Amino acid sequence: MKKNRNVGVIGVGQSKYSSHREEVNQPEMIHEAVVAALNHSGITLDDVDCIVHGNMELFEMVHQPDLWHTLGTGSYGKETLRVTTGGTTGATLVAVADQLVASGLHDVVMAIGFEKLQEGHTTGGITNMADPLWARQLQTGALTGMTAADVIEEFGEQRAKMASMKYRIIMDKHAMKNDKAHRRLGLEFDQAEDLAKNSPALVGELRMIHMCSQSDGACVMIFASEEKAKQFCKQPAWIKDHVTVHREESFCIFGEPDYVTSHRYAAEKLFGRNGITDPLNQIDMFEMYDPSSWWGLDWIREFLMLEGDSHIKMIENGDICIDGKFPINPSGGVTASNPIGATAMVRVAEAALQIMGDAGEHQIPKPVNQAMASGFGGTMWTVLFLLTKDVPW
Amino acid sequence: MNIEKDNQFVIEGKLALPYQYFSGRTGSRFLIRLRDDKKINGLKCNACNKVFVPPRSTCEICGETIQDNWVEVKDTGTVTGFTVVRYSEPHQPVKAPYILALIKLDGADTPFAHIVQGIAIENMKVGLKVKAKFAEKTTSTIMDINCFMPAG
Repeated sequence: MKKNRNVGVIGVGQSKYSSHREEVNQPEMIHEAVVAALNHSGITLDDVDCIVHGNMELFEMVHQPDLWHTLGTGSYGKETLRVTTGGTTGATLVAVADQLVASGLHDVVMAIGFEKLQEGHTTGGITNMADPLWARQLQTGALTGMTAADVIEEFGEQRAKMASMKYRIIMDKHAMKNDKAHRRLGLEFDQAEDLAKNSPALVGELRMIHMCSQSDGACVMIFASEEKAKQFCKQPAWIKDHVTVHREESFCIFGEPDYVTSHRYAAEKLFGRNGITDPLNQIDMFEMYDPSSWWGLDWIREFLMLEGDSHIKMIENGDICIDGKFPINPSGGVTASNPIGATAMVRVAEAALQIMGDAGEHQIPKPVNQAMASGFGGTMWTVLFLLTKDVPW
Repeated sequence: MNIEKDNQFVIEGKLALPYQYFSGRTGSRFLIRLRDDKKINGLKCNACNKVFVPPRSTCEICGETIQDNWVEVKDTGTVTGFTVVRYSEPHQPVKAPYILALIKLDGADTPFAHIVQGIAIENMKVGLKVKAKFAEKTTSTIMDINCFMPAG
């Protein structure tokens, strides 16, 4: 596979992520991130050809939010389209922006992902999804209690619980370095036993402390063709490739057949067509959409195509720490901040910031030449990105 | 039995969609001024020379932040368009039929929607001069303007 032309990320802007943003309405909150992204890229709205806008369908219960948000997005008189693909929305926005520029349709595209969860009713938005009789399958969303049970069964209760809690505490330590992050709890490793036992239970061994937050916030990324990117930006983060995999999850009375997870399937495709045979050494960091620390733990094995307990060892040895061998989510990840329509975009944005060298206090202390970022949504959907420091094609 | 026509079933569904949203610092200031001083304020973009009522914290034309450029506009204005609401719904502030109009206040460049009373529906027209009638009891909403009435 080869792109028609190269596409670089030249600007990233994020609002502060928080449980409440009562001082701003939706377009005003988005405007904060738009201004930040324009400032980061050094361009003005006049340089932007097209705006792509998205969030979770129905989560704010506002019809056609992109029209209202014209006030804050700057899309007056510009081509604009709205994208909504559930939890993957933010990642799909990036995929769409990349394709709009790569195709030659537009030179500079601004992508906007947002959510203001405080204002809507997420349960109302999701409950109309399931009707198992008519192949609208049971949807458990991000409640990951079954994964906790599976990991405990495979690795034993003590080891599994301590690994998922260590993962959670590492994420919090990363979030403490990121002033945009929503939840910065100041957790210490010696709290692991206590938290694993006393944090309120949600489903089985999935506890409150393991779960992602509900956040308000917006993320904006600016994409440019190679020519424009080089004109505007000293070090763009290049979008080398991306893979989208959707899979319908269902409960089967005949038992669980073996299947390849959408994460492993996406990784296999991405690695195969980009010459990656040893992801741990060829990729320098990974921003993963980790809705809970049980899934975060489990998915390391899938995304990096590992076997056995090597993913658990990566956590136990601290390899995934910001200064470790294979840093994961130096931003603090999704358990720290989860403005859903922006969440998957934040993963790509944070990977881009690492390549550009602009991540600030949570910049990884080693060169980042190749980075990976993932989006997650639906019952088990994956969008997986590969970003590079060098012009890819 | 014609199964194509006679035995088609319908799956019934119903969604509850409760929501709220913050009016934010700009919208709140507009409402406070309306509630406490019975004054209508807008925000002005100096670059585009436009006054937005209701206020917009950013200029929707050029994108500039204008949230501190408050200006007072008159409580009189001109109807730029209208419709007649002829059905009743629980959320409506008054009983149908009523006139919902776009009103450009004197000093503003953007029209905003409100109810016009004190004129027969058949006499309603674009270009009508109207004046705000403030509510006796505040609700801290746009309904602190009770309605607009024909001026003079």
